Amino acid sequence: MSVLLIAEHNNKELKPFTLNAATAASQIDNDVHAVIIGHKCEEAAKALSKLEFVKKVIQVEAAYYENFVAENFAPVIIKLAENYSHIISSANTFGKNLMPRIAAALDTSQISDITKVIAPDTFLRPIYAGNAFATVKSKDVKKCVTIRPTSFDACESTGGSASIEKAEASEEFSKTKFVKREEVKSDRPELGTARVVVSGGRGMQSGDNFKLITSLADKLNAAIGASRAAVDAGYISNDHQVGQTGKVVVPDLYIAVGISGAIQHLAGMKESKVIVAINKDGEAPIFSVADYGLEADLFEAVPQFLEELNKLNTIQK
Amino acid sequence: MKILVAVKRVIDYNVQIRVKEDNSGVVTDNVKMSTNPPDDNAIEEAVKIKEAGKATEVVAVSIGEEKAQETVRKALAVGADRGILVKTEGVVEPLSVSKLLQKIVEKEKPDLVFMGKQAIDDDCNQTGQMLSALLNWPQATFASKIEIKDGMLEVTREIDEGLETIEINVPAIVTCDLRLNEPRYASLPNIMKAKKKPIEQLNASDLGVDISPRIEQIKVEEPPKRKAGIKVASVSELVQKLKNEAKVI
Repeated sequence: MSVLLIAEHNNKELKPFTLNAATAASQIDNDVHAVIIGHKCEEAAKALSKLEFVKKVIQVEAAYYENFVAENFAPVIIKLAENYSHIISSANTFGKNLMPRIAAALDTSQISDITKVIAPDTFLRPIYAGNAFATVKSKDVKKCVTIRPTSFDACESTGGSASIEKAEASEEFSKTKFVKREEVKSDRPELGTARVVVSGGRGMQSGDNFKLITSLADKLNAAIGASRAAVDAGYISNDHQVGQTGKVVVPDLYIAVGISGAIQHLAGMKESKVIVAINKDGEAPIFSVADYGLEADLFEAVPQFLEELNKLNTIQK
Repeated sequence: MKILVAVKRVIDYNVQIRVKEDNSGVVTDNVKMSTNPPDDNAIEEAVKIKEAGKATEVVAVSIGEEKAQETVRKALAVGADRGILVKTEGVVEPLSVSKLLQKIVEKEKPDLVFMGKQAIDDDCNQTGQMLSALLNWPQATFASKIEIKDGMLEVTREIDEGLETIEINVPAIVTCDLRLNEPRYASLPNIMKAKKKPIEQLNASDLGVDISPRIEQIKVEEPPKRKAGIKVASVSELVQKLKNEAKVI
């Protein structure tokens, strides 16, 4: 039977992790159908139909789908589910919020946050903040699976030519009302997909000092990350948090500044290709995962780093 | 208003876990156990609501082995009024936990159910959403702020893009984020008092729920080890290495 992918979008465009989830879905079965639920989401549905791997798009429209309320989305997918063996979405806050509501209604034991498809019923997933990996086999007839987007490549956004079918909306769930969303707009690369991430921790000492992280990120065209301690202290907003309960990032270069490296933080970044740690405490656990560790006061080291990068740019020019 | 709070006993967040040699799971013998951290936030929030005069009773429930009684007792020590322990053996998947909680909800008839957004052992992040599906109640996941209004809650949720605010009618499920509040420590007198608070013990089988696992755990392995890195002596050495050796800048 086919696989049903739940597209994540903002009613205009697809969210990038939909492309990673499409790849994961295609590793389970060739016949990937994608459902897009939204309000005036024609453009996003078209983009979805062009994705490599997607064979059919099901578009479901209603005004009350505008804000992705899980209580409204779940009944649509539950109705479609009878034709599918698997339901797939990303294990980001969108998928985490939605998928268990579908799984429970289908009486299926969900498999969360997989990093590998071993067989259509067998998956690899991290447990204990990534300090162990479990190979698990689902005995349920229908499988509800969320995928860790950074563990699967994004598929091509062109080449597909899926048909777009419309399906009927489900009834509105009236007991949950969307009020507002406060998104932090930025021209920087997105944290989840950036090639370079510069992160600050408690060692930054203040929100003001985060300017150092910003300058370094500017120079390297990087996204900005943070440890939980820095977010809790109010130095920076929650959407920057990297770790077990924040975002998982796998950039080519991760620079941890003033971050001690609690296991919960390491869970979100230790798969990065190259890790740099700048910390004045030589015993900090972050050094155990760093490819290049610099034991130094960040308030001296970061300005020097900027200077060296400037020199480098001059040479390259 | 009555608040039911679900708490889970897990390996303490500071423990560096070890995988068993036969790859059947992780070592739990002689390992420090604690309340799942965001469940502490859930209890704290419920107790704060009661202290503000907006709730009349806070009931803590845990599902797990006999020793999970300690987790319930800790919730009582920080302000829950009474406890329930549903005794189970072995792995209980979130789907089964939510079915057991559904039975408790039907019996207790709370107005709100709070729990942590995720357990730090299996990292599933499912139970609250599943329970709200089974009950067909509204759900507010990843809550970092809860405001009680007339017959409803206004909840701020932490999402990947930033913050989202929703309004949900009571009865409802809220899963709590670590930033919701600062959980208090239990004082010694309150720990003593908690020993006198009642904990009702039930067996999962009494509730008529099939909790047999649907997922077979084939093996558990350590993650691949990272190659040991080096310490550099200066920023200029660091930049040279990044440019010429790692070739990432």
